[in-house]
Amino acid sequence: MAKRTIIPFGPQHPVLPEPIHLDLVMEDETVVEAIPSIGFIHRGLEKLVEKNEWPEMVYVIERVCGICSFGHGWGYCKTIEGNMGVEVPPRAEYLRTIWAELGRIHSHLLWLGLTADGFGFESLFMHTWKIRETILDIFEETTGGRVIFSICKVGGVRKDISNEKLSEISEIIGNLKVELSELTDVFLNDVSVKNRLVGVGVMTKEEAVEFGAVGPTARASGVDNDVRRDGHGAYGELSFVPIVEAEGDCYARCKVRIREIFQSMNLIRQAVKQIPCGAVSVVVKGNPSGEYVGRMEQPRGEAYYYSKGSGTKFLERIRVRTPTAANIPALVHLLPGCDLADVPMLVLTIDPCISCTER
Amino acid sequence: MAYITKSPWLIHYDGSSCNGCDIEVLACLTPMYDVERFGVINTGNPKHADIFLVTGSVNEQNIPVVQQIYEQMPSPKVVVAVGICACSGGVFKDCYNIIGGVDKVIPVDVYVPGCAARPEAIIDGVVKGLGALEKKQKNLDTVLTLEKVAREEAEEYD
Repeated sequence: MAKRTIIPFGPQHPVLPEPIHLDLVMEDETVVEAIPSIGFIHRGLEKLVEKNEWPEMVYVIERVCGICSFGHGWGYCKTIEGNMGVEVPPRAEYLRTIWAELGRIHSHLLWLGLTADGFGFESLFMHTWKIRETILDIFEETTGGRVIFSICKVGGVRKDISNEKLSEISEIIGNLKVELSELTDVFLNDVSVKNRLVGVGVMTKEEAVEFGAVGPTARASGVDNDVRRDGHGAYGELSFVPIVEAEGDCYARCKVRIREIFQSMNLIRQAVKQIPCGAVSVVVKGNPSGEYVGRMEQPRGEAYYYSKGSGTKFLERIRVRTPTAANIPALVHLLPGCDLADVPMLVLTIDPCISCTER
Repeated sequence: MAYITKSPWLIHYDGSSCNGCDIEVLACLTPMYDVERFGVINTGNPKHADIFLVTGSVNEQNIPVVQQIYEQMPSPKVVVAVGICACSGGVFKDCYNIIGGVDKVIPVDVYVPGCAARPEAIIDGVVKGLGALEKKQKNLDTVLTLEKVAREEAEEYD
C-alpha cells in the first residue's frame, strides 16, 4: 500500500470563490477519503427573526446568498403568504417567475464561467461572464440592483415592469440565445473541454437518490426531480419539461445546466407572452401565527423554507434548507477514487454555494 | 516604485459574506469592467498580492484565516474592505457569530460601502488603495534607509 498523505484543500483556494475546507487523504495521486469541514460563512441569520419584524426579514433572507438572492426572497415571502393565507395577484406571480428565471440564467452562466476558469480556459470564462452582464443589466433596469434586489415583498412585488419593457426583455433574451449557442458549442463539443469533463466523477441514479442530491446535480444522474412542476408562481401555466441526463458525470452536469439556460429563456418568453394585467401587490394585514413549509426550485436545486409565526410582529422560527446542503454528502461520496487534479472540477460541478449552506 | 502602483496584484477572500460582493469582485475582472487593462491581476497566492480585498463580516471561524492571509502578504500591503458587511457588519451585525467588520481583525485602509458593492465602487476602492500603497512603500523605503544608515554606522564603530 502506498503511503497516505493528507492534503488540505481550501478554505482559501484559487478555484473557490467561497471558503470550504476539505482534508483530502491521498494515496499517490488518488483521493481515498475526503473530510469536509464547513462553518466559515456561518452567520446565524435564522436567529435574526428575534430582532427583525417579519416584513423586514425579507432583506435578511435575501442575503442568504448573493447569487440566488431573488429566489430566497421569493421563498421566504411564499412561506409567510402561505402562513397568512395571502392571495398574490397573478401579475406579481408572473413577474416573480420572470425574475427567478433570469436569476437562474445568471447563476448558471456564473457557474459555467467558474468551471471554465476551473479547467483553465480563461477566455471562455471571460466570454461567459460578458454574456452574464446582459442579464445583470436587465436586473438593474427592472429592480435597481445587480445582485441583491429587494424587489419581492410579502403580498407581491414592489415594482411593476411595463409591457413595453417586458417585450424588450424578450427580444434581448432572443438575441442572447444566438450569442450563447456559439459559446455552449465550445463547452459541449471542444475536445480539450471534453477531456476534463467526460467520464469524470460519475454518480449513478441510485447514488444520487441515496445521498439525497437535488437540482441539476441529481438531474444529471437521471433523477427526474424539479420542484417547479408543483406549479408555484406562474410555472403551472407555462409548459416545460425538466431536463434530465443519464450519464451522471461532470459533462452531464454541465450539459444539464446549459440546457436549463435555454429552458429558462424559453420560460421567460412564454411568461412575457401570457402575463395578465392587474395589480402587483396586495395589502397584508395581521401577523402570521401558523406553520408553513414552502419549497422552491433554486438554480442549484430544491430549497426548503419553514416559518412558524407567533401572532406577533416577530416570527418564532424560520428555517431554510438550501440545495448545496443536500449536495455536499454526494460530493464527499464522489471524491474518493478521483485524481487530485480532478478535485476542483468535482467540487465545482455540484455548483457549491457555501453561503447558502451555512447561512 | 512605480511598478507596485501601476500593476497591483490582488487577493480576494470571502470572510463570511453572502456572495454578492464576491461575484461583484469577480465581475470587475471580466470584459465589462476589465481591471486587467490597468495591470491588476487577481491572484490566489497571498505571497504575490499587494492588495487584500475582504468581503463579509468575518465570523469566529474565519478570523484566523483572514489574519493568516494578511500576515502572509509581503509589505507594503493594503486592505480594502468590500461591502457594508466588511465595513461594519451590515445587515448581519446583530448575528451571534459575527464580529462586525474586518477592521476588528486586521487594519483596513479603504472602506467600500454598498450592498452589494458595485464593481465601479470596488474599482474606485482599489484605486484609493493604490495611494495608501504608495505612501506605505515610501515609509518602508525610509525605514529601510534608516536601518541601512544605522547598520553602516555600527559597522564603522566596529
